Amino acid sequence: MKHIDAATHTRGESQYIDDVPQPEGMLHAAVFGSPIAHGRLLTIDLDKAREVPGVRTILTADDIPGENQVGALIADEMLLAESTVHFVGEPIALVLAETPATAHKAAQMISVETEALPVITDPRVAFEKGEIIGATRTFVLGDVDQAWKDCDVVVEGSCEIAGQEHLYLETQRARAVPREDGCLQIYASTQSPYAVQKGVARILGLPHHKVEVDVKRLGGGFGGKEDQATHWACLAALGAQITGKAIELVLPRHQDMVMTGKRHPYSSDYKIGLKQDGKIVAYEARHYQNAGAAADLSPAILERTLFHSTNAYFIPNVRAFAASCRTNLPPNTAFRGFGGPQGMFVIESAITKAAETLEVTREEIQLKNLLQDHDIFPYGQQVHDANIRRTWQEAEKSFKLKNLQKRIREFNDNHFEKKKGFAIMPICFGISFTATFLNQAGALVHVYTDGSVSVSTGGVEMGQGLITNLAKIAATAFGIDEARVKVETTNTTRVANMSPSAASATTDLNGNATLAAASEILQRLKSFAVKELNLSHPERLTIEKETLLFEGKETGWTWQKLVQSAYFNRVDLSAHGFYATPGVWFNKDKEKGHPFAYHVFGTAAFEVTVDCLRGTYEIDKTKIVHDLGRPMNELIDRGQIEGGLAQGLGWMTLEELKFDDQGRYLSNSLASYKVPDVFFMPDDLEIKLLENVNNTWGPYGTKAVGEPPLMYGIGVFFALQDAMRAFRPEMPLTFDTPMTPEKVLMQLHRDEIEGFKTDSDVMADHQEQPVKETE
Amino acid sequence: MPEPLHFILNDKEYETTLPGGTLVLDFLRLHARFCGTKEGCKEGDCGACMVLVGELDGDTIHYKPITSCLMPIGEMHGKHLVTIEGLNQQNLTPVQQAIVDAGGSQCGFCTPGIVVSLTGYLLQRGPSFDDVAVKYALGGNLCRCTGYASLKRACTEVAHRFEHNGDDHTTRSGIDHLRKLIEWQMAPPYFESIPSRLQALAAANPTNGQQIDGPLIAGGTDIYVQRGAQLPNTEVRILGRDSGMKTIEVHEGDIHVGALTTFEEFATHPEIQKCIPGIVSYNLYNASWQIRNRATLGGNIVNASPIGDMTALLLALESELLLQRQGQTRTVAMRDFFKGYKKLDLQSGEILTEIRFAKPDRDTLVHFEKVSKRKTLDIASVNSAIRIRCKAGSIVETALTMGGVAPIPLLMKNTNDFLTGKPVCSETVRGAIAVALSEVSPINDIRGSAEYKTLLVRQLLIAHFSTLFPKQITVREFYETH
Repeated sequence: MKHIDAATHTRGESQYIDDVPQPEGMLHAAVFGSPIAHGRLLTIDLDKAREVPGVRTILTADDIPGENQVGALIADEMLLAESTVHFVGEPIALVLAETPATAHKAAQMISVETEALPVITDPRVAFEKGEIIGATRTFVLGDVDQAWKDCDVVVEGSCEIAGQEHLYLETQRARAVPREDGCLQIYASTQSPYAVQKGVARILGLPHHKVEVDVKRLGGGFGGKEDQATHWACLAALGAQITGKAIELVLPRHQDMVMTGKRHPYSSDYKIGLKQDGKIVAYEARHYQNAGAAADLSPAILERTLFHSTNAYFIPNVRAFAASCRTNLPPNTAFRGFGGPQGMFVIESAITKAAETLEVTREEIQLKNLLQDHDIFPYGQQVHDANIRRTWQEAEKSFKLKNLQKRIREFNDNHFEKKKGFAIMPICFGISFTATFLNQAGALVHVYTDGSVSVSTGGVEMGQGLITNLAKIAATAFGIDEARVKVETTNTTRVANMSPSAASATTDLNGNATLAAASEILQRLKSFAVKELNLSHPERLTIEKETLLFEGKETGWTWQKLVQSAYFNRVDLSAHGFYATPGVWFNKDKEKGHPFAYHVFGTAAFEVTVDCLRGTYEIDKTKIVHDLGRPMNELIDRGQIEGGLAQGLGWMTLEELKFDDQGRYLSNSLASYKVPDVFFMPDDLEIKLLENVNNTWGPYGTKAVGEPPLMYGIGVFFALQDAMRAFRPEMPLTFDTPMTPEKVLMQLHRDEIEGFKTDSDVMADHQEQPVKETE
Repeated sequence: MPEPLHFILNDKEYETTLPGGTLVLDFLRLHARFCGTKEGCKEGDCGACMVLVGELDGDTIHYKPITSCLMPIGEMHGKHLVTIEGLNQQNLTPVQQAIVDAGGSQCGFCTPGIVVSLTGYLLQRGPSFDDVAVKYALGGNLCRCTGYASLKRACTEVAHRFEHNGDDHTTRSGIDHLRKLIEWQMAPPYFESIPSRLQALAAANPTNGQQIDGPLIAGGTDIYVQRGAQLPNTEVRILGRDSGMKTIEVHEGDIHVGALTTFEEFATHPEIQKCIPGIVSYNLYNASWQIRNRATLGGNIVNASPIGDMTALLLALESELLLQRQGQTRTVAMRDFFKGYKKLDLQSGEILTEIRFAKPDRDTLVHFEKVSKRKTLDIASVNSAIRIRCKAGSIVETALTMGGVAPIPLLMKNTNDFLTGKPVCSETVRGAIAVALSEVSPINDIRGSAEYKTLLVRQLLIAHFSTLFPKQITVREFYETH
């Protein structure tokens, strides 16, 4: 089934928030953010800005009628700064004006007096100073301290893992419209409508029911609009409440990049011990998460780093420690993978280093330690249906990886400055919110008398294909044509208290809730039909292709007739369905439990070519075997795999966040922050789905697909390193991401650099401005 | 008050008195409320705001995809502006249908821009998508959801359906080509009437074209990034409306290039391809097709960035620049034009009108190297061009330039002096590297550390010589110890 919105997308007719016709008298908002990363806020001068023609009003923290607080997990983040600022871009004032240009012009005329405080950008420095958010966490399995002495080889080292911009094409935005009796209607680009509802109610001192949040679609989210969409919706709501006018707030790209958090950078240490045969005996990791200036979702993300600290491997003795460290960067937040990718990068680095010491390939160690059924994760859960080995073997077989490696060796023997590299990346990713209470969802299903169906859930469509999946689930459940089903906007008045669309679990949760509602209606219809048809055993009635069957034989009733007759006999054709994932739990005191309903597995192989003279590279081949359970919609699922892969590849290679030591964000535009383009992605990309896989958790046996494929991208880092080693075998292995062309060249040519003398101060007076591509 | 601007927006004649500097994107979204055109970055990188601009050339019309976020509305005068709404027909076009079928649209925000780019490609070249052509066509569009694989499949499907396999890189134009596209439902039927309607528009508004003075706009692809907050509310002077300045002519062994020649026009010109055989591939890395359709050679030079790609190349060709003011013309050698960081030998009111360089002779080779974080549509960390004339294994004359290693685009004078008269061999290159390193002074910035750029000076020198003289010089010779 094709994406339901695809046709209107291609015609440019799909509406995003600011495409919808504007309410009369709507004002536009612009945000003024802190110019410094840490300091006391002494005065705010709004006079010049107020004089700009077209400016209606300018709001600061003093204007907030409720609680000035947007911290969801920990109350440590204000909507508008009061006495202290904690990162560059932290919102201080909100300008409301007749046009967006006027609002932004006025915002630039605001000035503040500040008193600078020390700026921390490094998580290890923050840790040493005790700037730790929430509790530090440690997962333990077996006894590492005892185990080291059983190892034939022990290696240790560290990793610097960079963050990542979400770069959703649609920047953060919201429109707030005042309604009668002090109510507000909020149109937000959020993955979490309930978070916006709660946030707005808190800021304005309103009960939740006075705030209605409606979400049609997002122009991309990737985690960046899970928690952080709330701020902008709250600001728009504040403006609407105070002025009585509709307010639209759209962050320009540059501000979106400066003001919002990103994937967390991590600084991590590892220690790994193995037997001579490559069996991993013990593993220890210490993760220092750069949380930025406020908690946001960092503690939950930290937890998932630990959950995935051993990736797809069984290791009998593990100690993994993690601390969320407060720095003066924008509060970092959810991003596809949610801390898992960082944990997985570290174990892959450890294995790479161990392979070097043992003089074996990475793949030998990887393969030897892959999870098998009933193995135990450090968090106490046993793995079931451990398909990882199957995906690895299937990849080896279908893609003839041994031949591929042989051809790579031959190529390298015959080329001097061009070298090819190879790597395999197995993944294992747990599905469920690790905060157990979030694993719940509601759905409201209406059947209209013409037989058409309306489905509302708590899930948000952000391109991932949720509404297409839901339509298919509902149509399959009712036995009717998909065209009869419409999936509605996500609205807090139709489905309450929804969890965010996140954790790859949106289709699982909301699909199962839709199934629950549909079966409720079906049950009523069938009970009614058996009576009318003078039959018994309603469970023997089925609907196929819009025809009512009894024990497989036609009853003469169509779907439409069934629905109409039921209506005239006063049968309720609407139902609310609810789903809570059974069997998931976690005990934080013991750091043990069963947090995941199931795991997703897969294996990717990469071939790259590095131009060792110039430091540039190409990704030649990517070959993936992925476990999707029983896919319900291959077109959409493949899109998730390909898109997730692209983001993972970008994260490992091009996408480089640059902050200076004063916490100023330097890579703050698309001219300086590069994401994969059409040239960058490999033409030779093959994806094979693992066959004969069952999954009892997802609707109709499907498996979640949103996040796991991103982590395949990690493999490209090691493939590049492999190619670089072919040029310079004695090159020391370092694990600093991303592997930019600069890092490639600098690592390959250390010797040559030694001979140079550079004086970077000489030219400091003409620091280059950001310039355009065409130059 | 300036005269109103007259143009055709999709299927309707349109008149506006908005300041000429207003961005086409803002005009579309805020004034005309054609909201299929999206704002993704407002600096020409993402392509969500892509539109087609049709311009008359005699009685035929040429369409180009251009990012509307860097284009002033003043530029639209007398042209056909096409948004996604103007491409829609009752049924999906083959491009739209192929994207739907291939799952090439997820969140949908970039999709209209992608449809516009691909349709622009069809209007120029027909449905000849192969692997290379797809990248050419979509080089200026970012998609954060799909990873492009499904979009590539969609293009292949279009090519298959219309049995055009492989891009023969011919530009198609004329009414027959247009009619074919209309017949295939790739363009709406009203497109056929546009050339005559544009002619009628020009005839009905004979005084149009008069402009108020303001900041000069050539292609605008840089100035609108630098001054995007100020320019949109002002009048600007669109250079392209005053005069052609777009011709490429050969005069007794000299090439004269109008300063408003776009990157794309320059690189696709047969004479230029003879002078600079690699120009098409260099150009691919200089900017996306969509930006190359707007960015001009003159703008690239006058912009005075130390890292201009075309600037590095034209400097190596020892170009001369023609500067005009009120009918007075003076000539300045490009090597003397750059006086310091963003400082030029350009007086107030002077306009760069033409760039001239000698046609390289049979013994002369020209090569360009660029290293950037992303290979395509990115600003170089270091770029470099070389023009080198050899006879009997010796270097007779050379001009090597480097960008990103000094406050100005650098003609490597000492290195060039050193190379002159030397034999073509690795020993010479080694010597040249030592000299080159003494005349560059790179800084740490967002494009890389000073150390990295210094290393690139060495690497690109080796790259030039090993590429141009593969028989005499190999990279291996520089890594004997490895």
